[in-house]
Amino acid sequence: MSASRLPRIVGLLALLVTACALPFVLSNFRLFQFSQVYIYAIAILGLNMLTGYNGQFSLGHGAFYAIGAYVSAIMMDHWNIAYGWTIPVAGVLCLVIGFLFGLPALRLEGLYLALATFSLALAVPQILKYFEHWTGGSQGIVLSKPNAPLGLPLNPDQWLYFLTLAILVLLFWVGANLLRGRVGRAIVAIRDNHIAAEAMGINTALYKSLVFGVSAAYTGVAGALSACVIAYVAPDSFNVFLSVTLLIGSVIGGLASISGAIFGAFFIQFVPNWAQDISKAAPWAIFGIFLIGFMYLMPFGIAGGIRLLWIRATRSRVQQEGRSAVPTQAHTTT
Amino acid sequence: MRSTRQLVALVLVLGVAVLAAIPAVAQTVVGVTATEIKIGHTNPYSGPASAYGTIGKTIAAYFKKVNDEGGINGRKINFITYDDAYTPPKTVEMVRKLVEQDQVAALFQTLGTPTNTAIHKYVNQQKVPHLFVATGATKWDDPKNFPWTMGFQPNYQTEGRVYAAYILKNIPDAKIGILYQNDDYGKDYVKGMEDGLGAAAAKLIVLKQSHEVTDPTIDSQIINLKNSGANVFFNVTIPKFAVQAIRKAHDIGWKPTHFLNNVSSSYAAVLKPAGVEASRGLITALYTKVVTDPQWKNDKGFQDWVAFMKKYYPEGSLEDDSNFFGYSAAILMAHVIKQCGNDLSRENIMRQAENLKGVDLPFLLPGIKVDTSPTDHAPIQQERLAKFNGEYWELFGEIFDAFHK
Amino acid sequence: MDIFIQQIVSGLATGGIYASLALALVMIYQATDVVNFAQGELAMFATYICWSLINAGVTYWLAFIFTLVIAFIGGVVIERVVIRPVENAPILSIVMVTLGLLVICNSVAGWIWTYLQKPFPSPFSANPFKLGNVVFGSHDLGEIQVTLLVLLCIYLFFRFTPLGLAMRAAAHNPVSSRLVGIRVGWMLALGWGLAAVFGAVAGMMVAPVLTLEPNLMGGVQIYAFAAATLGGFTSPGGAVLGGFIVGVVENLVGTYVHFIGTELKFTVALALIIVVLLVKPTGLFGSTVVKRV
Repeated sequence: MSASRLPRIVGLLALLVTACALPFVLSNFRLFQFSQVYIYAIAILGLNMLTGYNGQFSLGHGAFYAIGAYVSAIMMDHWNIAYGWTIPVAGVLCLVIGFLFGLPALRLEGLYLALATFSLALAVPQILKYFEHWTGGSQGIVLSKPNAPLGLPLNPDQWLYFLTLAILVLLFWVGANLLRGRVGRAIVAIRDNHIAAEAMGINTALYKSLVFGVSAAYTGVAGALSACVIAYVAPDSFNVFLSVTLLIGSVIGGLASISGAIFGAFFIQFVPNWAQDISKAAPWAIFGIFLIGFMYLMPFGIAGGIRLLWIRATRSRVQQEGRSAVPTQAHTTT
Repeated sequence: MRSTRQLVALVLVLGVAVLAAIPAVAQTVVGVTATEIKIGHTNPYSGPASAYGTIGKTIAAYFKKVNDEGGINGRKINFITYDDAYTPPKTVEMVRKLVEQDQVAALFQTLGTPTNTAIHKYVNQQKVPHLFVATGATKWDDPKNFPWTMGFQPNYQTEGRVYAAYILKNIPDAKIGILYQNDDYGKDYVKGMEDGLGAAAAKLIVLKQSHEVTDPTIDSQIINLKNSGANVFFNVTIPKFAVQAIRKAHDIGWKPTHFLNNVSSSYAAVLKPAGVEASRGLITALYTKVVTDPQWKNDKGFQDWVAFMKKYYPEGSLEDDSNFFGYSAAILMAHVIKQCGNDLSRENIMRQAENLKGVDLPFLLPGIKVDTSPTDHAPIQQERLAKFNGEYWELFGEIFDAFHK
Repeated sequence: MDIFIQQIVSGLATGGIYASLALALVMIYQATDVVNFAQGELAMFATYICWSLINAGVTYWLAFIFTLVIAFIGGVVIERVVIRPVENAPILSIVMVTLGLLVICNSVAGWIWTYLQKPFPSPFSANPFKLGNVVFGSHDLGEIQVTLLVLLCIYLFFRFTPLGLAMRAAAHNPVSSRLVGIRVGWMLALGWGLAAVFGAVAGMMVAPVLTLEPNLMGGVQIYAFAAATLGGFTSPGGAVLGGFIVGVVENLVGTYVHFIGTELKFTVALALIIVVLLVKPTGLFGSTVVKRV
């Protein structure tokens, strides 16, 4: 079921060129929104790796997003470190924390893991407020938007757009290579049949914890970027609804899918705004209807829906899976 | 990427998003034409602070009334309001939309402390009037560093100081216990009280207990406060917790001198549900007429408001002080626009907002007025103490003026 | 010593609130394998319906019964109409649908009844009940009794009635159940209906204490999840016990551990749950599911 590589590469390049052209066509406000989309896409890809590809449910990725954002903010505000350095530091720190969290998480399954991560997300605002000296407490930390380096003729919004786009492309490329290679197959094997994977010699404990770490690192990088783009961090920005939103983006986009992360990011960024335009009285009811509608039409997410359309269009045979935790697409990941 | 199909889909999505980016039409005076003026606003219509969403609805209703009556100087008010769910990143996005896409002349009554903090620098860099922000934080009165931002209500620290002054003067053997919400609203009040007590703060405050807005109950904190031996209780909670606090204190037989913060001074939402007997003797600092207080029944400002609500916002509650608040704030904004005459440039809007002398608003207590100047960006700074006598808030003492303290 | 007992009593009262909603959560999970994120909001909606009835002049207990009936029908209808189309979808897709229900309920409730909080009557007396120096709120006591009564009903129903047995079978092994003639689809709907009833009871018990507003159950649901996780999602009794434990521990930590105080007591409760999960990964009383490989 694989198309030849050339149309794919050409298509990706075309997309990239379009994306690079946007800053000279769109208003600063739209660029700001697109930067947000790219940031969400990075965070959602992280979540996809863990929940979609590896089957470990996480309702707490907002915590890693918050850690990344605050690490970046504290480094910039307390120690005057340039924003560029804060991003990899946030990533590495979240990698370690995620890995450490992944170790005890090995003992937890499905629902209980989800609820344990949920607890993590719930605790974050209180902890942030407690360490007031570092985090600024409920007042938060106000930051400045960075200017384009090297005197490039770009305003901050254009520069941040390119920065988030570049990091998105890099992380997606790394992620794609990881997930389509041996590591990816091992991760998916663990998701689909834990015991068989062990029997085949995969070190499931190591892989599961590593995936947790990498997943956290991606989301942490996204958080650090958001601190630069929004230029403000406060506990109210990182409540439990953020974790739920990331999960929504992940499922709507398509769980075990890389492009799904981008679809999901567009959904969580723009659909609430559309819902507001449709109904001032009960906008979240409209959002809820959208959410339910998407799940009726495309239970495997947008990426899954497109794949099904493609399959029907080319009339290939498809294996119907019964109800499983995530769609088993062991050999058909994107 | 899975296949060319998905690439096409992605391009389509990007395309739609691009097409949806409508470049704004440039105007000579931002947000103003011969027939309309655009005012921007954000409010938490959803999320944990959604109770305040009614303020935005009241303001919209009032501006509709103004438009129905011909507008101001021949111009109708185009009131554009967005939901930010009380999350700062969303506020940043919505305010950028208002300023850069909708091109509003001014921002008005944006609500919340963290939400306004997130846009504070931005609106001042963009030189957009950021008027009458709906929060009691102290930082909005800083014309030197943030000349385009102006507060509205008396700030929380001032109120804390009012109570502290009263305690120092009237309760020399005070042992103060404080219950506060663990966020900037709660902490601002506590700071005000502590600053007001000065050096005696450490000695007089015997216990502080905090709670989260997501906590279901605060009974545990009340028990601890009683146990600390406090005979003065400073209650910094929002209405739903204030009810619990008053009730629980009464139930466990704790009868301190109870200072209730202004935010929870509603008779219908707090005092009656908590129990009239339990609420007797409560002290608060008011700058407005509490809508369910029978002493204002025949007050003209109040009656005008009731008539307005019945005609323009019938689904809004007549027992909700927020609705009287929004109505009065909208009147102040209309007053500023009127004062601008035909020059509705952002500079002039700001200049007129800084030039309000002795303006009376329907919801202000008699004797309290709006005053601003280029160095005074706090429109309302006066308060009066009141004690609940079982029926209404009985005003006592003189007007406390933070400006001339 | 007095304050210790008082804090425990207060903790049990608060814990009772968590336990009552946790029961509804566990009920749906046991019957349908789905964690219903909308449970709290549905309970809140049912409570508003009760409020509307009382406001229209209906007496409390009559309104209470009516609300339970409406809640039951509502639960069944939601399962048949909203959940059925995604029954066979991946579990997270079903979770998405319940999240959709959550926001719809919350938004519609705010639209119909506004966000202004409303007092809600309690069927129990307003006078507190004193034992020595320790004060018990009558409503708190009444509420704990109701929660335990509901728990007893659940236990009796599942253990001793044929319908309860059919429901357990349908959840455990749908294929075999169909083979012996059990209408699995309707068993699921029944599960949702019953859970909606318990949720409504929880809402009506909680509203007098917390005051009725659309965000009534938001904080409670979080604690209910914590309680059910602690006690084990497969055990109603465990969920109730979990609720009490969370309530009491939170209070005691907030009171006695001074460097944590009230600023971190929720975090401590959560940390406690995670610690318990590490020792017993399916909760204190949960049973481990043995799967055939």
